[in-house]
Amino acid sequence: MIVEVGHFLLILALALSIYQIVVPIFGIFCHDKKAIITARPIAMLVFVLVALSFFTLIYAYITSDFSVLNVAQNSHSEKPLLFKITGVWGNHEGSMMLWVLILTFFSALVAIFCQGMPVNFIALVLVCQSFIVCAFLAFILVISNPFQRIAPPVFQGRGLNPILQDIGLALHPPLLYLGYVGFSVCFSSAIAVLLNEDLEVAFGSWMRSWALLSWMFLTAGITIGSYWAYYEIGWGGYWSWDPVENASLMPWLSGTALLHSAIMLEKHSSLKIWNIFLAIITFSLSLLGTFLVRSNILTSVHSFSIDPRRGIAILCILIFFIGNALLLFAFRASSIKSSSFFQPISREGALVFNTIFLIVAVATILIGTLYPMLLETLTGEKISVGAPFFNLTFSSLIVPLLIAMPFGSLLFLKKGDTVVAAGRLYLILALAIMITVFVFHLQKESKILSAAGFGLAFWVVIGTLANLTIKTRNSHTSPITRWNRIKKLPNTFSGKIFAHMGLGVTLFGILAVASFREERIANIAPGDAVRIAGKDIYFDGYMDYSGENYYETRLYFTLVDGGERGANVMASKRTFPSQNMQVTKVGLLRCGLSQYYIAPSDYTDNNKIIVHIYWNPWVLCIWLGGFLMVAGSIFSFSIRHLRMRMLA
Amino acid sequence: MLYFFLTVYFGFTLAANAVLLNEVLPNQKLELRARAISSQLRCLVCQNETIDDSNALLAHSLRLFIRERLQEGDNEKQILDFIVARYGEYVLLTPRFSGAKIILWLAPIFILLFGLIYIAFFMIRGRN
Repeated sequence: MIVEVGHFLLILALALSIYQIVVPIFGIFCHDKKAIITARPIAMLVFVLVALSFFTLIYAYITSDFSVLNVAQNSHSEKPLLFKITGVWGNHEGSMMLWVLILTFFSALVAIFCQGMPVNFIALVLVCQSFIVCAFLAFILVISNPFQRIAPPVFQGRGLNPILQDIGLALHPPLLYLGYVGFSVCFSSAIAVLLNEDLEVAFGSWMRSWALLSWMFLTAGITIGSYWAYYEIGWGGYWSWDPVENASLMPWLSGTALLHSAIMLEKHSSLKIWNIFLAIITFSLSLLGTFLVRSNILTSVHSFSIDPRRGIAILCILIFFIGNALLLFAFRASSIKSSSFFQPISREGALVFNTIFLIVAVATILIGTLYPMLLETLTGEKISVGAPFFNLTFSSLIVPLLIAMPFGSLLFLKKGDTVVAAGRLYLILALAIMITVFVFHLQKESKILSAAGFGLAFWVVIGTLANLTIKTRNSHTSPITRWNRIKKLPNTFSGKIFAHMGLGVTLFGILAVASFREERIANIAPGDAVRIAGKDIYFDGYMDYSGENYYETRLYFTLVDGGERGANVMASKRTFPSQNMQVTKVGLLRCGLSQYYIAPSDYTDNNKIIVHIYWNPWVLCIWLGGFLMVAGSIFSFSIRHLRMRMLA
Repeated sequence: MLYFFLTVYFGFTLAANAVLLNEVLPNQKLELRARAISSQLRCLVCQNETIDDSNALLAHSLRLFIRERLQEGDNEKQILDFIVARYGEYVLLTPRFSGAKIILWLAPIFILLFGLIYIAFFMIRGRN
C-alpha cells in the first residue's frame, strides 16, 4: 500500500510540475502577479512530494518488500540496514529517483533563498527547473519505474553487488549528484537571463553562490569516489580515465571555469556572456554524464542495467535541453550588454585564459571519450582511447594553467603588469627550480618531467601562500600587524588560497606516488615478513570470521621497523554467499600521509598466500588536496554570505 | 620514443594487483619495461582494464608473452606491432597517429587555437 502511495505522490509531483511550467509563464505574459508568485510555493511542494515518494521506496527496501520488482532485483533481507538504504540508489531506477529528488531539492532552495532577486527572474528560473523535473519524472514514471510490483512476490531478493556494500555508496553518489544537479540552477538562471531579465551585479552574486555550492559538492563527490576506488578495487588505482570518471570530471572542469568567471562577474560586472555560456555548457555536461552512465553505450566498470529504450529516452531529453539552450544562446547572446573593456594582461585576462584552457581540456576529454564510438559507427574501425592518451593531452593543457595560477591572482584588475607580478614571485620560482633539481637527483631513474612536476607542485602551493603575505605587506610591517591583516582578509580570499593550495597538494600526491612508489609481490606463510621501503611487513596469521551477510578469512599484518613492532592492520578475502561472489578487502597501514597498501591475492600450497604490498608515499595528499578545495569553498560560502541573501 | 615519453609523463595509473609471482622477471630493468608495455594494452575480455590490471587468463598469457619476447631481445615496438597484428588496434590504449585517428590527436590543438584566436579577436574589437 505504502509503495502505491509513493507512486501516486510521484505522479502528483509531475502534475504540479506541469502546472508550474504553464502558470508562471502565463503570469509573466499577462502581467498577472498572482500567477507569477505561485512558482515558489509549488517548487517547495514538489520537493516535499518527491522526497516523500523517495522515502516510501527506502521503506520498501528496509522492510525487504520483495513484491516490488526493483527491491527484489537489488536488495536482500540479510543485508545490514545501512546497505539496504544505500542500495536504493545502487541501481538504475533508484539512482534516477535520487537525481530527481536532488533536482527538486535545488528548486526548493531557489524558492527559499531568492530574496532580493526580481520576482520575474525567479519565476523563470523555476519554470526552467520544472521543465527538467517534468522530463525526468516522466522518464521515471514511463520507462524506469521503481514502484513496479511483481506477482507473485519472490522469497528472497537478488542482493546488492558486494563491491557496492561499502560506506562509499552512502557518500559518493549523493554528493556527486548534488554537484551535477546543482549546476541546473546556473543553467536555469542563464536561460532566464537570456529570456528577459537585465540583471547586472545581482546576477553575478547569484550565479557565484550556486556555482560555488555545486562545485563544492562535486569536488567532494569526486574526491570520495576516487578514494573509494583506491581501496575497493584492489590495486590502488584512484583514477583510471574510465568513461564514467570522465563524465564527472568534465562538469567539474567547466564548473571550475564557471565559478571563476562568476567571481569576475560579481566583483567587476565583466564577462557576463561567458558566464551564461559556461552555465549552459556545465549543466549540459552533467546531462551528458547522466546519459553516458545510464545508457550503457560505453564500456565502463560503472555499468548498470541495459535497456536501449532508456538510453534513447535520456538522449532525447539531452538533445532537447542542450539544443534549445544553445539555440536560445545563439539568438539572444548579442542582446546581452557586452562586458567592459580589459587588457590581455590583467586579472580578467588571466581568467579568460584559465577558462579557455579548462574548456579545451573538457573538449579533449569529451572527444577522447566519444571518438571510439563515433569512429566505430562511421567506419567500423574499433579503437581504444585510454589512460596514456588522457594523461598526455590533459596534463599538457593543465600544466600551463598551474604555472599561471600564482601569477594570475596577483595581477591587477583591468590592467596588470607582468613584470611587477613576476617580481613578487621570483624567489619562489628560484626555489621551485631548486626543488626540481633536488628531486631529479633523488630519483633512481632520472625523469626530468616528473622532477619538474614536483617543482610545479611547490610553485603552486607556496606561490599561492605568497599571495597571502604579498597582500598584507608594506615596507615596514610588523609580523603582528600582518597577522591581524591576514585575519581581516575577506573569507573569499582565504577560500581561494585553500582551493588553489589544494590543487598543488593533489598534484604533489599524484607525482609522489607515480615516482616513488614501491611494490612487492610475495608468496608468504604466517611468520614470514616482506621488506619494503626500509621496513618489514610481518604476516601474523589467518583468522576466520562471519559477518552479517558474508564470511571472510582475515589476514593480520604488523609493521616492524628496526626490530620494533608498530601498527598492525587486517586485510581480508570476503565471500558473499548470496551472490556467490568474492571481494578483497585491502589493508591500509598509514605512516603520516603515506600508506602501505596490502592486497591479498590467491592461496598457494602449504598455508601460503600471494600478497601484493605497495608503499604509496604521500598518497593521502591526493585526497587531502580535494578536501582543501572543499574547505576553500566552505570558507568562501560563509554564513555571512547566506545571511546577506536572506536579509537582502 | 613516444612510449618512453608516455611512461615518464605524469603517469596517473598505478601498477596492478594482477601480475602473478611466477611472471615477474629477475632482471628488474626488463620487468619495468614489461610493465610499461602491458599498461599500454587493453584486456580484450574485460571491461576497461589494461592487461597489467586484469586477472583474466588472456591477460596473463599476454603478460608472459611480452616477457618472453623481451628476454629474447625484442624492443617495445616489435612486441606491440606483433600484438596489434594479431588482435587489431583495439588493444592499444594510445591510438596511433594515423588515418582517422589524426583528428583525435589534433582536435585539442585546433580547439585551443580557435579559442585563443577568438579571444584575440574579441579583445581587438573591444579596444576599437
